[in-house]
Amino acid sequence: MSITSTAALHRQPTLQVDPIACEGHGVCAELFGEWIRLDDWGYPVIRKDAVPEDLLPHARWAVSNCPALALSLRKP
Amino acid sequence: MDGNPRPETDRRVDGRHRRIMVTQAGIRVSTSPGPARLLSHVVPSGGIATLRQHRQAYPHPHGADPDEVRTAAAASGLGGRGGAGFPIGRKLASVSELGGHIVVVNATEGEPASQKDRMLLTSVPHLVLDGAELAARAVSASQVVVCVDWTDRLAVAAVKAAIAERTARGEPEIQLALTPPRYVAGEESALVNFLNGGPSKPTASGRRPYERGVNGRPTLVNNAETLAQLTLAHRYGPEWFRSCGTPDEPGTRLFTITSGGGVATVVEAPVGVTGLDLLDAADAAGRVRSVLVGGYFGTWMRAADFGVAAFSRAGLAPYGAGPGAGIVIVLPHGNCVLAETARLLSWYAAESSGQCGPCVFGLPALAEVAAELARGTAGPAGVQQLLRWAADIDGRGACRHPDGAVRLLRSALAVAGDDLDAHVAGQPCPGAEAAPFIRAAS
Repeated sequence: MSITSTAALHRQPTLQVDPIACEGHGVCAELFGEWIRLDDWGYPVIRKDAVPEDLLPHARWAVSNCPALALSLRKP
Repeated sequence: MDGNPRPETDRRVDGRHRRIMVTQAGIRVSTSPGPARLLSHVVPSGGIATLRQHRQAYPHPHGADPDEVRTAAAASGLGGRGGAGFPIGRKLASVSELGGHIVVVNATEGEPASQKDRMLLTSVPHLVLDGAELAARAVSASQVVVCVDWTDRLAVAAVKAAIAERTARGEPEIQLALTPPRYVAGEESALVNFLNGGPSKPTASGRRPYERGVNGRPTLVNNAETLAQLTLAHRYGPEWFRSCGTPDEPGTRLFTITSGGGVATVVEAPVGVTGLDLLDAADAAGRVRSVLVGGYFGTWMRAADFGVAAFSRAGLAPYGAGPGAGIVIVLPHGNCVLAETARLLSWYAAESSGQCGPCVFGLPALAEVAAELARGTAGPAGVQQLLRWAADIDGRGACRHPDGAVRLLRSALAVAGDDLDAHVAGQPCPGAEAAPFIRAAS
């Protein structure tokens, strides 16, 4: 894994929200503020680039705590 | 190919020889600028072209060779005429490979400023239905579904009559599906969801209909005009088809031009025609404030830019615009781009399918501040807020509906020029008080 670090970087997942399922609880932005902020109406605005390895635990934490199950990590 | 005369390809109809027809559905059609390919089949007296008349030039598609249809579609370079412009040849190839099931004719025409598909259905329905049958053969589909807005009684009646005329010829079965009169109803995933028995709303599955559509099977969804063009491309061949238009975007397309008095005219012209030629065709040149290219879901352009721009994907891209479904709204002097845009944003807000937060809450917010800007009460802070919200809303819906509102707003701010300064300074242009030009938006 460490040897093919560039390839691994490209395989890093991105954080996505299903905008129909999202109810704007805002939990995700509380748990993963480095990557998610809320817009003026309380809905998450998420960075589009891949989540780096060291932040993945935060991302998973946000995903598993979304009350609407609207958040997911997706491999490219 | 036999000796039947082909629709004209290069004879330009000048203003003096222009023929204006009004179809039985009350749609104004002009043969200028031409060439009239699809329009050459519109009966001058305005009635519906019967199957008997149609078959004089077009043999029944049941004899068509599927390979030949796919080849004609690919070699002609025909792109979708509903907005996205995706090459039909590639769609046919993908769906055929995956094993086609159903062909969906998207004639919902939810864009209020478009009349072309309604015109085709109520004047030359068999051009569209032949195209659908040819496409069905090309992808081995056994079913064709024609989707029409259920409030459009004349189009519904015309399609019903045309299907009945075609009798029981077996494969493929052609059915009529009546869709709700909503803008988003025509969005591809909303249409498929509706045909699957769900609500007429876009879905966020990420699967395209050609992979997984009606009944979970590969589904070909095409705009009505695209299929009518396919009928011609198959009948007269790719070389003929490519004899006008641009190398990248061959052929003609239908335009709906709304100009003075709010009258809409459907015209046919090669892809790549200049804006000035289109304005001339609608008698609109010279009195233009701005042009809304692409209709309600479109982009404002300065009149001078539009006049010299080639109406094609490549020609409009430098202005941030695209051909869309060929809609041109010519805003006359005396009307205000910002006031029209504010009303359009209210329409966008009302047409939201109500599923995604940024759309549900963002669009009414945009509409409200845009209306303040139109009245001259928003000030510089209002413009800043609009731009910030636009950046936040862009790309955050399950469908492109909110993106359309954002694009419209940004383009309005870009073309308003001196008027914008006046509105920001609290002295709105005189046009802000004028009666709305874009009517359905109010």
